[in-house]
Amino acid sequence: MCSRFADRAVRAGTAVIAIAALAACPRERRTFHDSPPAASVAAESAKSVRSDSGVSREGPYGDNAYALYQGKTLFAAFNCMGCHSHGGGGMGPPLMDSAWIYGYEPANIYATIANGRPNGMPSFKDRITPQQIWELVAYVRSMSGQGSKAARTSRNDEMEVRAAESQTTTEKPVLVTPPPTVNPPAQEGHP
Amino acid sequence: MAGALLACAGCSLHNTQNALDASGPQSQRIEGLWWLFLPIAAVVWVIVIAVMLWGAARKRSPREGMETRGGAEVVAGDEARDRRMTRIVAGGVIVTVVILFLMLVADFRVGQALTMAPGTQAVPIKVTGHQFWWEVQYPDSVPNKTVITANEIHIPVGVPVVMELTSLDVIHSFWVPSLTGKKDLLPGYRRSLWFRADTPGVYRGQCAEYCGLEHAKMSVLVIAQKPQDFAAWRAAQLDSATTPSDSLALRGKTVFMGTTCVMCHSISGTSAAATAGPDLTHVGSRRMIAANTLPNTDANLYAWISDPQRIKPGVLMPATKLDPRDMQALVAYLRHLK
Amino acid sequence: MTAPTLVIGEPVPVDDRAEREQMDRVWGSKPGFWGWLTTTNHKEIGKRYITTAFIFFLLGGIEAAMMRTQLSRPENSFLGPDKYNQIFTMHGTTMMFLFAVPIMEAIGLYFVPLMVGTRNVAFPRLNAFGYWLFLIGGSFLYVQFFLNTGPDVGWFSYVPLSGPQFSPGKRADTWAQTITFTEIVAIVGAIELIVTIFKQRAVGMSLNRIPIFVWAMLVTAFMIMFAMPAVATASMYLALDRLVGTHFFNPAEGGDVLLWQHMFWFFGHPEVYIIFLPATGLVSTMLPAFTRRPVFGYPAMVLALISVAFMAFGLWVHHMFATGIPQLAASFFTATSTMIAIPSGVQIFCWLATIWSGRPRFATPMLFILGFIFLFVIGGVTGVMIASVPFDLQVHDTFFIVAHFHYVLVGGAVFPLFGAIYYWFPKVTGRMLSEKLGKWNFWLFLIGMNMTFFPMHWLGFYGMPRRVYTYLASTGWGPLNLLASVGALVIAISVIVFLVNVVTSLRHGEIAGDNPWDADTLEWATTSPPPAYNFLHLPVVQGRSALWDEGDEHQVAVGTSTERREVLLTTTLDAQPDSRESHPHDSIWPLAMALAIGVLFITAIFTPLALPIGAVLGFIAFAGWAWPTKEDVESESDEKVSLEGA
Repeated sequence: MCSRFADRAVRAGTAVIAIAALAACPRERRTFHDSPPAASVAAESAKSVRSDSGVSREGPYGDNAYALYQGKTLFAAFNCMGCHSHGGGGMGPPLMDSAWIYGYEPANIYATIANGRPNGMPSFKDRITPQQIWELVAYVRSMSGQGSKAARTSRNDEMEVRAAESQTTTEKPVLVTPPPTVNPPAQEGHP
Repeated sequence: MAGALLACAGCSLHNTQNALDASGPQSQRIEGLWWLFLPIAAVVWVIVIAVMLWGAARKRSPREGMETRGGAEVVAGDEARDRRMTRIVAGGVIVTVVILFLMLVADFRVGQALTMAPGTQAVPIKVTGHQFWWEVQYPDSVPNKTVITANEIHIPVGVPVVMELTSLDVIHSFWVPSLTGKKDLLPGYRRSLWFRADTPGVYRGQCAEYCGLEHAKMSVLVIAQKPQDFAAWRAAQLDSATTPSDSLALRGKTVFMGTTCVMCHSISGTSAAATAGPDLTHVGSRRMIAANTLPNTDANLYAWISDPQRIKPGVLMPATKLDPRDMQALVAYLRHLK
Repeated sequence: MTAPTLVIGEPVPVDDRAEREQMDRVWGSKPGFWGWLTTTNHKEIGKRYITTAFIFFLLGGIEAAMMRTQLSRPENSFLGPDKYNQIFTMHGTTMMFLFAVPIMEAIGLYFVPLMVGTRNVAFPRLNAFGYWLFLIGGSFLYVQFFLNTGPDVGWFSYVPLSGPQFSPGKRADTWAQTITFTEIVAIVGAIELIVTIFKQRAVGMSLNRIPIFVWAMLVTAFMIMFAMPAVATASMYLALDRLVGTHFFNPAEGGDVLLWQHMFWFFGHPEVYIIFLPATGLVSTMLPAFTRRPVFGYPAMVLALISVAFMAFGLWVHHMFATGIPQLAASFFTATSTMIAIPSGVQIFCWLATIWSGRPRFATPMLFILGFIFLFVIGGVTGVMIASVPFDLQVHDTFFIVAHFHYVLVGGAVFPLFGAIYYWFPKVTGRMLSEKLGKWNFWLFLIGMNMTFFPMHWLGFYGMPRRVYTYLASTGWGPLNLLASVGALVIAISVIVFLVNVVTSLRHGEIAGDNPWDADTLEWATTSPPPAYNFLHLPVVQGRSALWDEGDEHQVAVGTSTERREVLLTTTLDAQPDSRESHPHDSIWPLAMALAIGVLFITAIFTPLALPIGAVLGFIAFAGWAWPTKEDVESESDEKVSLEGA
């Protein structure tokens, strides 16, 4: 171990580690307090379908594994499954296919969750925090394979009802025409 | 009253969390094993070290000669000495086997005592582990007499308690050292643990199986009360929450129903029925909050609700930003939920 | 070319310089960077293993220091829960998988060929491959750690916490793949040791004359062969659950969370004996030199090693006593866990008899041996206590267990290891370590160990569980934790003293000579450091203490080729000459294969394409490795040898 090649190897290794440390992987970041952007997006009206709010392509959490995991947990905890099932839809539209009624950009989905949509999607902006909404946005997008594959959630320890999000092929999202409004936009929704 | 609680906040709330201060027969039997094992261990160790040090330091007599073999100076072979040592080593092994066997017998007897069935008058309690809190249910043959609470378990003194343990997420472990050994809460399994408290008191325990970010702050309180106090407590727990009469608390109820709280918590007697977080119907009567991390004072409630992530980073509960007066109202409402 | 027949006889004193130069040419590594990459010399590889494993020890120690700093005060804010959880996981994983097992194997790979009197391990290129894979695997773990992707699920990685639902991201996959790397490395080392010990011993070194250290390494190697596949399979199941969506550990689909625990601990318990038995071998190696007599009770010592190895596979459920297994099953494991104290006791009594009837010299290695007994017996008696189910139900997963296993691992394995470093440093480097600094090292380590870990027995009883990043002030655990943290500081100082000793002695240490301790095993019969070919003439052994039982006739075996690399194979039981086996030349293909496998494992956690890519790369490396060379074709004349003159 006294050879100078060993010294060189050690120096090289240290340099690699130092560089790696600076480039800490965004997928694995865990922030427990966060103030992701909310105000500008929440102001978007209920009917708008596309919005360019300056948020990054994937939203603040699209490539963050911990946020996607939180989003999946919240999806169950807040009973989104009651209408959307595990993404196949029911009373509410499916979330794991490529058809998006009110827009598929993160900002659109944020608005959908925060403000509600016609035909029964409740408004949640007073009931869940902006950070939680962004986590749900990221998770919902991952259901159709959007966002970083390495960060997407894997199967839950439950009965298997669908492929894991990390194994979902990415569906290119398309806008479809909204169905006719049969109910007025949802009021203060109940969970 | 708030002042008294605050004053106590800094001190140990008579928490007894000590396997060597047993307050029930299970812990006592185990503590008895320790006081049996410790002297045996100490004596064995002292003898071994004494032989080692004496053997190393003793003066060698000239009769213990050296010889030269293969160019090196080594201790001369001595068959008589070797035979003697063989007998001594064999004797040591036999003594070891006997001691180990006696310890084994003691083990098995205590083990048997701990696992014998507690009898039909045991109080059944169901504990379900979550990240990072304990869901507690007192089942009853009449379904609407089932008590649901969280993190604080009341038991009657002198009456055995049978716990049914399971988990809805990862593996946890229920451990109250003053009362009994631990038992894991395993997803997919229902495990039983029975024990008895013989002295009234507040016994603290902690989750004893690494379960994630806030494993360190997942504590449980077991409060052993006289049977009549326990019955009174249990009856009070069956009551639904009442509508508060004072205006601040009433405003607090409106705040509760209108913000993040209602998405995860339930309060029986209201429309809050979510089960993602602990049941809050009687949260005002609990000694501590946040799975027994903080004393249950107004200031702590305020701090906890405003930003749980500051106190337990990694719990599922989000930071709730409220106007200070709304927050005070909310705290007043929770205080009302005794 | 006529193959010379083997001759056993006395060496004729001649000027052997030309012969030595020829052997250096045949067995030496190529010069320069290429030589460094291609060497298959077991001593070079052993030194690298030892140094790399020791660097991991230091990294693990830094992690421990960070943990103790965080826990020194209640509600400390030095490390948050996420960082703390990563650090305690890294500490355990590093110490168990990257330090303890590799360093014991490495000492075996360096010294077993010397002790059995051969020139290299049985499969030199495989040995090189093992080291490179170890380096790649360990570096992978640490690069991931610095990328915030270090595992945070504990070194034992229980499901469902480490499973697909509750461990987002790639952290647990990093852990699983690190296991895959290290377990292949361990198996490679085990294969080397078993075959070398069985087939390449010196003439006359029958099975009942093998040094106890060699027995310990042989038994450990067998344990590795049986234990490592269990954890490899477990980590593979975990990776499949996480990456592919299988249900091995999913109760909802017929899996079982306890399956993980059974598989892991079936490996995990033998693992600690894999670490401990070589340490007992180290003690048995050093004690003769410092008591001037062979270890008392050779047959008992060997039988003790073998019975520990067998029994170690029957204990694993004692890690699961709190999971609610049936009482009858648990009792069985209580009985076996108690029983295993008996062979350990036999070993200790034999060592005590050796010390008693010998003439002790208190050089630093001897101090570490005495310290080992002092600490190991404490760990051993608490071990018998926790074999009891009811007792364990109180102290399982508390700091009592942390105290127990540090006493047996640090006291029982690291102390002999340090002693062995002081003992063998002269042989490896040609210089002695400083005795003065050695004594400081020893006393600081002993005091620090007790200060750190003895209070933890009480912390366990007072309710402090393991793997907690902090604790409330009202628990009253503060003072004992502070004491433990100060003890950790003392240990850190002792390790620094050791490092200073190593660095200064490398340059200025007293020159050692061939056998500075006047010891009895074969490695002391050659120069310090040994030449590339180990022994100019292969030794012949006449008794258990190779050098002390030599008699006036110092016999060697001559006749293996000096024109190409050749070792002598002997029969397994009686070590009579059997045949000559040619050994390959240095080669780059082990490194290539390690890189191919590294690529396969690392990319497998990101994409299934890793498998075809890795398969192709692996095939290329394998083809290069196995391609017959000119030398291989020539040496097909391996032939049986006969004995002439005895």
